[in-house]
Amino acid sequence: MKHLTQFFSSLFLAELFKGLSVTGRYFFKKKITVQYPEEKTPQSFRFRGLHALRRYANGEERCIACKLCEAICPALAISIESEEREDGTRRTKSYDIDLTKCIFCGFCEESCPVDSIVETRIFEYHGEEKSDLFMTKEKLLAVGDKYEDQIAADRAQDASYR
Amino acid sequence: MLDLILSIYEIPVINILVKIIAILVPLLLTVAYFTYIERKVIGYMQVRIGPNRVGPRGWLQPIADAMKLMFKEIIFPSGANRVLFIIAPTIAISTALAAWAVVPFGSEMVLADINVALLYILAMTSIGVYGVILAGWSSNSKYAIMSTLRTAAQVVSYEIAMGFALVGVVMAARSLNIGEIVMGQGGSGILGWYMWPLMPLFVIYFVSGVAETNRAPFDVAEGESEIVAGFHVEYSGILFAIFFLAEYANMILISVLAALMFMGGWLSPFEGVSFLGLGSTFLAGSSIIWLISKTVIFMFLFLWFRATFPRYRYDQIMRLGWKVFIPITIVWIYVVGIMYYVELAPWFTKG
Amino acid sequence: METILFYVFSTFMVLSALMVITVHNPVRAAFFLVLTFFASAAVWLLLEAEFLAVILIIVYVGAVMVLFLFVVMMLDVNLAELKSGFVKNLPIALAVALVMFGTIYYVVGGSQFDIHNFVPPERHAADYSNISELGKVLYTEYVFAFEIAAVILLVGIIAAISLTLRRRPNTRHQKIEEQVAVKSEDRLRVVKLEPQERK
Repeated sequence: MKHLTQFFSSLFLAELFKGLSVTGRYFFKKKITVQYPEEKTPQSFRFRGLHALRRYANGEERCIACKLCEAICPALAISIESEEREDGTRRTKSYDIDLTKCIFCGFCEESCPVDSIVETRIFEYHGEEKSDLFMTKEKLLAVGDKYEDQIAADRAQDASYR
Repeated sequence: MLDLILSIYEIPVINILVKIIAILVPLLLTVAYFTYIERKVIGYMQVRIGPNRVGPRGWLQPIADAMKLMFKEIIFPSGANRVLFIIAPTIAISTALAAWAVVPFGSEMVLADINVALLYILAMTSIGVYGVILAGWSSNSKYAIMSTLRTAAQVVSYEIAMGFALVGVVMAARSLNIGEIVMGQGGSGILGWYMWPLMPLFVIYFVSGVAETNRAPFDVAEGESEIVAGFHVEYSGILFAIFFLAEYANMILISVLAALMFMGGWLSPFEGVSFLGLGSTFLAGSSIIWLISKTVIFMFLFLWFRATFPRYRYDQIMRLGWKVFIPITIVWIYVVGIMYYVELAPWFTKG
Repeated sequence: METILFYVFSTFMVLSALMVITVHNPVRAAFFLVLTFFASAAVWLLLEAEFLAVILIIVYVGAVMVLFLFVVMMLDVNLAELKSGFVKNLPIALAVALVMFGTIYYVVGGSQFDIHNFVPPERHAADYSNISELGKVLYTEYVFAFEIAAVILLVGIIAAISLTLRRRPNTRHQKIEEQVAVKSEDRLRVVKLEPQERK
C-alpha cells in the first residue's frame, strides 16, 4: 500500500507541486529588500568600521604608544613608532594602519588600555589608490576628531558590558 | 500616397518582408522584456524586488543590458576556430527565429501555412542543437566541450519524448498543420481543448520543452557549479547576447506551441459554453489576446520552475527522459488510439 | 527560378560532399556532411517532397549526425596516421570507385531509368498534402514491408542493447530507482526513550 501511494504521488508529481506552492506563496509576500543608498539597515553601537584615534577633552591625544594593539593585531596591519616628547611623556611618532590588511576584528580596540584606538561606524569609505587606504596618525586623529560625539556615545552605551 | 503604399505592399517579397518584421520585432521585444520579467519574478519569489534602478521600476534594464553587451569586446580564445565560433550563435538564433514562420497567431494570421508545420518546428529545434555543438567544439575549451556533449545528448533524448507527445496531438487533430490542430479543439470551449484527453502528453511535452531549451531544472548545459557556464563560457559581448536571445526565443516558442496544441490557441475558453450565457458574450470570440494570455501562463511557468526546483543530476535527467517519459508517452498513444476508435466526444468526433 | 534554386542547392551539395572526403579533420568532415544533408533536403523540397525533406533533417541532421559528432569528438583521432597509406590504398580505392561509378551510370544513364522514359511529375496545388498520400500508401499497399522494417529496427535496438549490456554484480554503483524511492522513514527512526534514574 505504501509503495502504491508512493508510486502515485511520484507519478502525479505531488512533491513538485508542493515546492511550486511554496515559491508561489512567497511571490506575494512582502519584500524585504533594503534600497541601500536611500535606506539603511540599523547599526549596532558595536559596529566595527573605519578606525579612529581619540583625544582627551583637553585636546591631548590618548595613545601612549604601549603597542598592545600592534602586538595583538592578527593581520599585522598596525605599526607604531614611539618617542619621548619634550614634556617627558611617551607618545607615538607614527601610528599606521594598513586597511588593506586589516580584518576588522576589533582586537586593537579591546586591547587598548586608554580607549585610544577605536573602530567607528563608518563603512562607506573608499580609496582611489592603495595609499589612500593606508591610515596614518594624522588621518586617524582627524577621523576621531570629526566623529568624537558618536564614538563617545557608543562607548558609553557599551560601558556596562565591559 | 496611400494607394502607392498599398501597391508596394502587394508585391509578394515586400508583403512577406513586412509580415516577417511584424513577427520578429514584437518577438525580440518580448524576448528583451522576458529577461527583465524573469529577474523580477525570480526576485519576487526570493522575497526581493529584482532590478529597479535603470529607468522607472527598472523598465530600461533590458535595454541597458543589450547596450552593454553590444559594446563589449568579442574575445576569441586562442586555438578557436574563428569561422565556426561565429557561425554557432548564428545557427542558434536563426533556427530559433525561423521556427516562428509557421506559428499561427489567428485563423488567418500565419506567415507560412504549410502542411508539415509541426515537423518543421521539430526540425528547426533539432538543428538548433548544432548551435550548441559548434559553440562547444570551436571554443577549444574543455568546459565547453563537456557541456556540448551533455547538452547534445540531453536535447536529442528529449526530442524523442517530445515527438511522441506531439504524435498524440497529431492523432487527435488528424493534421500536422497547426491551424487545423487549433481548429480541431474548437466548438465546446475549455472542455474541447486537447489538454484534457492528452493530459500526460501535455505535461510531458512541457517538461521536455523545458529540457529542450536547457532551462532550470534541466540546465546542466550551463551547470555553473561544475562547468562554469557551459558551452558559452568563451563567448562574450554580442555573440553571447545572441545565445541568450536564442534561448529566450525558444522558451517563448515552446510556450506558444503548448498554448496552440493543448490549450486551444486563439480560441476562447467560453466558446460555445451555455453556462451563464458566457458563450454569447464578446468573451466567446476567438482573438490573439487569448493566445497571448495562454502563452504568458507557460512563460511564467518557465520562471516559476527556475525559482523552485534544484538542478537535476545529469544521470537523473537521462533516466527521466528515457525510462519515464518515453514509456508513458507510448502507453498514452495507445490510449489515444482507443479514444480515437470509440470517437470520444468532444475531441475525437470525426467532423 | 526553380532551376536556379536547384543548381544553387545541388552545387552546394556536391561541393560539401567533396569537402566531406577531402577535409582532414573528422569533426569538420561531419559538419560538411550535415551541410550536404541540408542541401539535399532543399532539393527534395523543390520536388514537392516536403515531408521527406523535413524528416531527412529531423532524423539525419537532428539525430544521426549529432551522435556521429559525439563519437568523432570523443575519439582520439591521430590525423597523421589517417593521412598515411594514401598511395598504398589508392589502387583498391580507385577500383571500388570505378565499380560504383559504373553501376550508377548503368542505372541512371541506362535504358531502363533514362529520363526520357519518365513523364515529369505533375504539379500539385498548394493544398495537396503528400503526408496523407504517403500515409495511405504506407498503411495499405506497403503495410507488410512497413511492418517488417519496423521489426527489423526493433531487432536492431535489442541487439545493440544486448551487446552493450554487461551485468557486473560485483561493482558498487548507485541504484537510482532505490534512491528516488527512499522515504524519510527508511532512513530515520524516531525512538521514544523512557527517562532513566541513575543507579
